[in-house]
Amino acid sequence: MSKNVHEFTDENFETDVTQSDLPVLIDFWAAWCGPCKAIAPLIDEIAGEYQGKIKVGKVDVDQNQNTAMKYGVRSIPTLLLMKNGEIVDQIVGAVPKGNITDILNKAI
Amino acid sequence: MKRKVIIIGSGPAGLTAAIYSARANLNPLVFEGAQPGGQLTITTDVENYPGFSEGILGPDMMDQFRKQAKRFGAECLYETVDKIDFSEHPFRLWVNGKKYSSDSIIISTGASARLLGLESETRLMGHGVSACATCDGFFFKDKKVFVVGGGDSAMEEANFLTKFASSVIIVHRRDEFRASKIMVDRALSNPKISVRYNTVVDDIVGSEKSGVESIILKDTKTDEKNEEKCDGVFMAIGHVPNTKLFKGVLELDGSGYIVTKPDSTHTNLEGVFACGDVQDQIYRQAVTAAGTGCMAALDSERWLEHR
Repeated sequence: MSKNVHEFTDENFETDVTQSDLPVLIDFWAAWCGPCKAIAPLIDEIAGEYQGKIKVGKVDVDQNQNTAMKYGVRSIPTLLLMKNGEIVDQIVGAVPKGNITDILNKAI
Repeated sequence: MKRKVIIIGSGPAGLTAAIYSARANLNPLVFEGAQPGGQLTITTDVENYPGFSEGILGPDMMDQFRKQAKRFGAECLYETVDKIDFSEHPFRLWVNGKKYSSDSIIISTGASARLLGLESETRLMGHGVSACATCDGFFFKDKKVFVVGGGDSAMEEANFLTKFASSVIIVHRRDEFRASKIMVDRALSNPKISVRYNTVVDDIVGSEKSGVESIILKDTKTDEKNEEKCDGVFMAIGHVPNTKLFKGVLELDGSGYIVTKPDSTHTNLEGVFACGDVQDQIYRQAVTAAGTGCMAALDSERWLEHR
């Protein structure tokens, strides 16, 4: 995981995501999820490329079930894009990078 | 730049083709598609692939396949092919707006879970509707879920889901399961599992925000409908080949699978080869897919040499 990718948890989600000034891309994942592994390098790349424009981080659903439940995650990978604490877009399932950057470009 | 071999798909068939083509110095390019590694990336333990005596996780096995292909010079791109034109040689394909051309094509796009075709099912996919219990079962702890289907995979999914869910109800349109006896016995003896025979899914109720709220079932004998509260609906009604791209271009059989010439991977179009689940609705195993992937690489190599 690159240093540009934050680790969000049940404890810090409120301060690091909901109250963030930047839009936040959140990747809900788990160690046992194959498709999550497939998009992990893309998330790393995106975090570098969008530095200063979009905050990027991950939520391990095994460790942070409350956050996963709160946002209705029922399949992983789920990518949520949040702005001012509200979900503005989401992608469920592994997709090519272009699909992810499309929703980011709309939000900035 | 023109390629000698382009491979579409990255499951056991496509990556085995990549290993063989790469070792033949054909420098293959693999378009991995929306699910790099294919269907095995959404399974857990693979216990029947020879060479892994203790079993291996599906995603880990596919990592190994990819590493092996790359070691010999295969190039793998996490991209989906949008459009093809096989009407002239070299064959052309378009990926994310970019055009590629190749002397030969190996198709290994595999198969995907079959869906019922309800609007609500597509809308709620990933929000309580799922075609993969091993992927999504985790999110249904102490919840009530339905499994649709009557084959081995439906029994397996139902059993797996009892690890999490409080109750699992199998919905089957006939009065008898198609699944093997051992799988049926295992499911029926599980106290968390119950069955609705002669029943089909009429609709699924819910929203992206709240998830699945209920399911509307229809009795096939009386046509009577009733709505039941639930949190998840899992589809296990078989597979469909991923051949949308090739409709009207390659010969497909009645179920949409690519037709290959007997004892080979040649399609009806010279220079286009097919391997794995996209041309096999009988065996559908990782090891048979890998076997036909090897065949496709050898067939294309010979074809390139002799044309």
